[in-house]
Amino acid sequence: MTCDEARILLHALLDNELDAGHAREVEAHIAGCPACAAEFAAQREMRRVLADTNLRYVAPASLRSRIEASLPGSQSQQPTRRSVLRGFAMGSAVSALAASGVVAVVLRQDDQQRILSEVVSAHLRSLQAGHLTDVVSTDQHTVKPWFNGKLDVAPPVIDLTAQGFTLVGGRLDYIDARAIGAVVYKRRQHVINLFVSQTTSTEHRPPKTQTMQGFNCRRWGERGLNFWAVSDIGADELAEFVDKFEAAMKANVEG
Amino acid sequence: MPAIDDLQKARRFREAALPYLDDVYTLARYLLRDASDAEDAVQECYLRALKHFDSYRGPAMKPWLFAILRNVCNAEHARRAHRPSAIEDAPGAAEQTPLWQETGASPESEVLRSRDAGSIRKLIDALAEPFKETFVLREINNLSYREIAEAVGAPIGTVMSRLARARAMLRAAWTAEEEQAK
Repeated sequence: MTCDEARILLHALLDNELDAGHAREVEAHIAGCPACAAEFAAQREMRRVLADTNLRYVAPASLRSRIEASLPGSQSQQPTRRSVLRGFAMGSAVSALAASGVVAVVLRQDDQQRILSEVVSAHLRSLQAGHLTDVVSTDQHTVKPWFNGKLDVAPPVIDLTAQGFTLVGGRLDYIDARAIGAVVYKRRQHVINLFVSQTTSTEHRPPKTQTMQGFNCRRWGERGLNFWAVSDIGADELAEFVDKFEAAMKANVEG
Repeated sequence: MPAIDDLQKARRFREAALPYLDDVYTLARYLLRDASDAEDAVQECYLRALKHFDSYRGPAMKPWLFAILRNVCNAEHARRAHRPSAIEDAPGAAEQTPLWQETGASPESEVLRSRDAGSIRKLIDALAEPFKETFVLREINNLSYREIAEAVGAPIGTVMSRLARARAMLRAAWTAEEEQAK
């Protein structure tokens, strides 16, 4: 590695953006090159000072309220008669469905929508300070026994650190008025909550992604368990997480 | 009259995008260096984001908002024709800045003294584009390299070299000021 390359890559090393192989190469260069070692030390020092300083700005409250006011449905915009009438129209459509006997299907979907909304709320609650984990550990053999006796199911706890999803712990949560297990992972700074509950159905239900309030939720069913993975990471990354989790779970069962 | 769909969309948008208001405003302040221009740009950014929220499919909200803000700021820079500081990819003089200077100073003398936020902000403000933008996205807005690449529409290699130059320039300016202060 040349010094020119090292002078660029040392920043990626500082930012923890290098894979293990490149990180070793840069470290080896720095160890053998006093000039690059000095630059690395100086940049690390600058980074430390910058991290200790608040360089962010806070948006003025007036800006926040101007933006709020510009959104449809804000306080400043009253519902008109037409939207009220539209509400009535929808009400009668639901009644018509009820009369025709399709109501069971409608309710079932409502049920799923309600549970999805509860899952997303539980995810949001977990992001508030101090609510993320009841047991903090990156070790699956610590997290898994912690759930024993607390739930009517044993949530599978699988370490996916090598696959890029770090296990950070577990938590008890409540969804649909029942205690439920949440296994917590991190992808970079993003939290992924994996909620696990028991179900009477043992059939495999393939994963399906839904979006609510800007969060992606991927749900599937396997071996008598329902899973919901919720995060603000992209749908493709969340799908990757679920794929890796399922593959590891399959390997565990067969192994 | 907002339809029910619009109301739901607005609610989802509010919950997804408004938590990043301070982040977007911070980037706007650094890009435009003016509080009231920054406010206008942020409001325009949120209006455009709401308009395109239907087509938003991720990957993450923050880089997406930043990409929109960046377009708004570019338009603002174009409007300020007399201030040639548009964020563009053309290599300027700054691109020629060496990645390091051989000062010959001993490592002890290179330890930077802590500064107040105001003077550090001034040093960052003085960085040339596109280096400042990359620096702020990484160091202040905490984006990963991949997210920065998405937000600015440049390859990751470009992001890395810009960041290295930005930090080299910042440190050079910082130590130069300290030399003067002595």
